[in-house]
Amino acid sequence: MNASLSVVAPGLYTTIQDLGRFGYQDVGVPVSGALDALSLRAANRLAGNPENTAALEILYQSPVLEVRADSVRVGLAGGDAELELVGERPRQLGGWRSLSLRQGEVFRATQLGDSACCYLAVEGGFAVEPCLGSASSYVRGGFGGFNGRPLRQGDLLALHRERVEDRGEIRIPHPPPHERDRPVRIVLGPQEDHFTDEAIECLVGAEYRVSKNADRMGMRLDGPLLQHRDGYNIVSDGIATGAIQVPGSGQPILLLADHQTTGGYPKIATVVSADLAAVGRRRTGDTMRFSIVDVATAERLRRDQEAEFQALMSTVAPAAAATGLDLDVLYRTNLISGAVSGHE
Amino acid sequence: MTVKFLPSGDSAIVVEFGSQIDRGVSERVLRLSMRIRTSGLTGVIETVPTFRSLMVHYDPLQTSSATLVDAIGTLLDAAGRLEQRQRLWRVPVCYEGDYAPDLATVAERTNLTTAEVVELHSRTQYHVYMIGFLPGFPYMGDLPERLALPRQVDPRLRVPAGSVAIAMAMTAIYPIESPGGWHLIGTTPIVMFDLASTRPALFAPGDAVKFDPIGEDDYAAIRAAVADGRYEVPHERMVA
Repeated sequence: MNASLSVVAPGLYTTIQDLGRFGYQDVGVPVSGALDALSLRAANRLAGNPENTAALEILYQSPVLEVRADSVRVGLAGGDAELELVGERPRQLGGWRSLSLRQGEVFRATQLGDSACCYLAVEGGFAVEPCLGSASSYVRGGFGGFNGRPLRQGDLLALHRERVEDRGEIRIPHPPPHERDRPVRIVLGPQEDHFTDEAIECLVGAEYRVSKNADRMGMRLDGPLLQHRDGYNIVSDGIATGAIQVPGSGQPILLLADHQTTGGYPKIATVVSADLAAVGRRRTGDTMRFSIVDVATAERLRRDQEAEFQALMSTVAPAAAATGLDLDVLYRTNLISGAVSGHE
Repeated sequence: MTVKFLPSGDSAIVVEFGSQIDRGVSERVLRLSMRIRTSGLTGVIETVPTFRSLMVHYDPLQTSSATLVDAIGTLLDAAGRLEQRQRLWRVPVCYEGDYAPDLATVAERTNLTTAEVVELHSRTQYHVYMIGFLPGFPYMGDLPERLALPRQVDPRLRVPAGSVAIAMAMTAIYPIESPGGWHLIGTTPIVMFDLASTRPALFAPGDAVKFDPIGEDDYAAIRAAVADGRYEVPHERMVA
């Protein structure tokens, strides 16, 4: 039998993503990749994978998955989501951890809490063909990931491994804060000179809210409109992830992973790379404020963030219960005795 | 002409050569792109040529904006020509019937006959300024001035793959089905974007393109040959 996870329910918008598809923006192919790259990397570390391994990006609502392999180890990271075994007696087993699951077990992630996304990695990775060097799904182009689209009920996600590596489960004891209340740092430009002084004051003085028009390409922000100095059309130029472009309506659009590679609207500012994950975690209705930094500061913030991430990864610890009892082991004992699950 | 370095966050720099669409500017953009690619600058991820600027994507953990601005400045001043591997493509286009849904409207709005529109469009040799909007979508110019029209007020929700379109000073080919607001004056049976290839887009920025009018029978025949993998788009090397 080919090892797989079977999609019992697809979730709201679940796609396979890695850290992105680079090298093809000059022919119009967006980078794609995880909205919250930090959580993807953490999920992979928990599952025992290289950080760039393709995993499931779960937006808002988790898929329900059934194990069709001897066993599979998963790593879940992002937001407040916990792993939950689905069945007659649902069991929540915590988030930011690894967990081994057996043939026939059905599981999902619980409510994501303050975050829009979380990541489910499997040990050994999903067996998907890389497309132009990456397994990331680019849904608008219809390629990458699982048939270039979000999961549907009945999909079988092939796994590289038939069973788990023999080792203990691990967790990250103190997950990083969501940082939703901290201002999002931006660098002005590349076209801030296309805007009035009032527009720039407005961008950093006002509060913006993620509208319901938000997806992996970008989020339209509700809030004060931003006035152009003279006209809103520019000769198309390149777009970086995190760019805040302002079309004729004056409503800013913050561009995310699946954004077009080029565009003809002026970009007033660009979110610093260290804050892209925090922006990717924002949910519809969440607010954000912006504060301006210069490029050198932005580069330092990124280095600091990387150091913090490595420090966080060094806290990875065995996932034993605080009492000294390994609840998983107890739970497995139950499983084997058939008290909880009829699978064995 | 002064070159501007514009920050786009801490992961990309825009090297801007001008504010307008211009062949000379485009040549400078493409030349710098090639120089950066062949120079192997530490931390550069990729370059994206556009009409009048080059976007340089970089990894801020491996380099910095200040370092790159200096290095790119040196490359801008470097003497000597680079060998450029550009091609002239001859693209078969059917400008008839259902393959040309907006041809009659374009003729009407430009005070030309449909035959004159086809003649003007197909006798011009175009320069591929850039590829963007969609994977493999080439912005080609310059369109003869008599054919210049603004984009449609109401974009179509579905433009079929292979549609040959015009808007403003540009002509383009939709590589995949997509929404679109350009005027559709023909359809090509060729494949513009092939994921199985390591060079997935047929055209590269800097290539030249001419359109060869074909009938509906030829369209069907070429289409079948493309499906069987028996068709190669005619092209020749150009010396830049």
